[in-house]
Amino acid sequence: MRRIIPCFDVNEGRVVKGVSFVELRDAGDPVELAKLYEKEGADELVFLDITASSDNRATMYDMVAATADQVFIPFTVGGGIRAVTDMKVMLELGAEKVSINTSAIQNPDLINEGAYRFGSQCIVVAIDARRVPEEPGRWEVFTHGGRNPTGLDAVEWAQEAVRRGAGELLVTSMDTDGHQTGYDNGMLRAISEAVTVPVIASGGAGGPKHMADALTIGKADAVLAASIFHFGTYSIRQVKEELAAAGIPVRLEADA
Amino acid sequence: MSAPVVVIDYGAGNLRSVARAVAHVHEAPVVSADPDDIHTAGAIILPGVGAASDTMQNLSSRGLVEPLLAYIEHGRPFLGVCMGLQALFEWSEEGDGQECLGVLPGRVLRFPTGGERKVPHMGWNTVDWVRDHPVTGGIPSGSAFYFVHSFYPSVPDASLHLGVTEYGDTFPSVVARDNVVATQFHPEKSGERGLRVYANFIQWARAGMPAAATAAGGLR
Repeated sequence: MRRIIPCFDVNEGRVVKGVSFVELRDAGDPVELAKLYEKEGADELVFLDITASSDNRATMYDMVAATADQVFIPFTVGGGIRAVTDMKVMLELGAEKVSINTSAIQNPDLINEGAYRFGSQCIVVAIDARRVPEEPGRWEVFTHGGRNPTGLDAVEWAQEAVRRGAGELLVTSMDTDGHQTGYDNGMLRAISEAVTVPVIASGGAGGPKHMADALTIGKADAVLAASIFHFGTYSIRQVKEELAAAGIPVRLEADA
Repeated sequence: MSAPVVVIDYGAGNLRSVARAVAHVHEAPVVSADPDDIHTAGAIILPGVGAASDTMQNLSSRGLVEPLLAYIEHGRPFLGVCMGLQALFEWSEEGDGQECLGVLPGRVLRFPTGGERKVPHMGWNTVDWVRDHPVTGGIPSGSAFYFVHSFYPSVPDASLHLGVTEYGDTFPSVVARDNVVATQFHPEKSGERGLRVYANFIQWARAGMPAAATAAGGLR
């Protein structure tokens, strides 16, 4: 079954979504949104803490605990997870998985340690990458929310992350993110074909057709989106009904 | 006041999620590793994730094996979840092989890898009921539930099967016999229909575990 995953960028306990990571708009209370999306048929949820300062971790902990109390589908928490102890806190508060990005590149052993301690199924490695203009079919990994180039090849890094124990990859295209013109299906396909774990497509969803393309052309196992859900362009139910009509297996039973 | 629902605390990773789901549909359960709480329980839920060897070792070191076996032997309502299902069988292939509780006949085997099948089996998959049971009452056959596991129960006695799931091969994802029900999936991560499993189990336990025909009629 292919999964539809709404993503929440959380800043100081509030959901925001940037267009190309710059302009931020408020789309509401994370727990209320999470409950709404569960009811509408979301298969999982992802919360990314984009709070700049690390002084406000308690706000994030409260949000994760409140979500776990009221939401009964799996959710992943990312952002600010730099050590096994950070993972432990989030998993104990009720997150099903933790997502690591910059910290996995700075300290790749964190993937191994997390997988060893909690199991690969808990460890998501998020990869932000951008096309290399001079080299078609090559994508470079960026860190720090897409600001810093690493020189790493996205496909090679994906393979290394999986070798180290990542149970899932969350792959965001910096080129398409925020533009609602479709996912980078070339990159998704290259990574999906290179690894044995599920790939979540991220960055560029403008509607169900883009999601269908990511799941078929891009060979992704799941699609993540934020703006189109948060601003009501499409409901999760609408997206799932369109995917089902296109012959893509999805869970269609919300509120039945 | 009726006897409480007890969620067995032996360090399982999904303990709190299970307790929260029970609190959501009923009231906050007693979360306990105390054999006395097993003796007085009105219903017991055994959660669990991770390795069979750790699970058996943790149950054993906390002195929970004998009280749990006695509780089940006395015909009192019991729900196993994920590793809490696998622990009920005779033996698991995990690690070098692990003796389990032996409450139900069957073995726990690793999914063979290779081909299209990814292991662990992780995510939503459908469950088809093969018979009626109060604990699955009101939940349509073919509903999807959330799974995370690398091992599955191999149960030749089909009379134990309550729900089946296809993942490369077909395996029993819900088993039931008399007072014992167990799910390989995680009802606490399976949205409304998962919560319904807990609600049904508690209702069934409180009603004195009536047989399928009467209780299923009442729930639908």
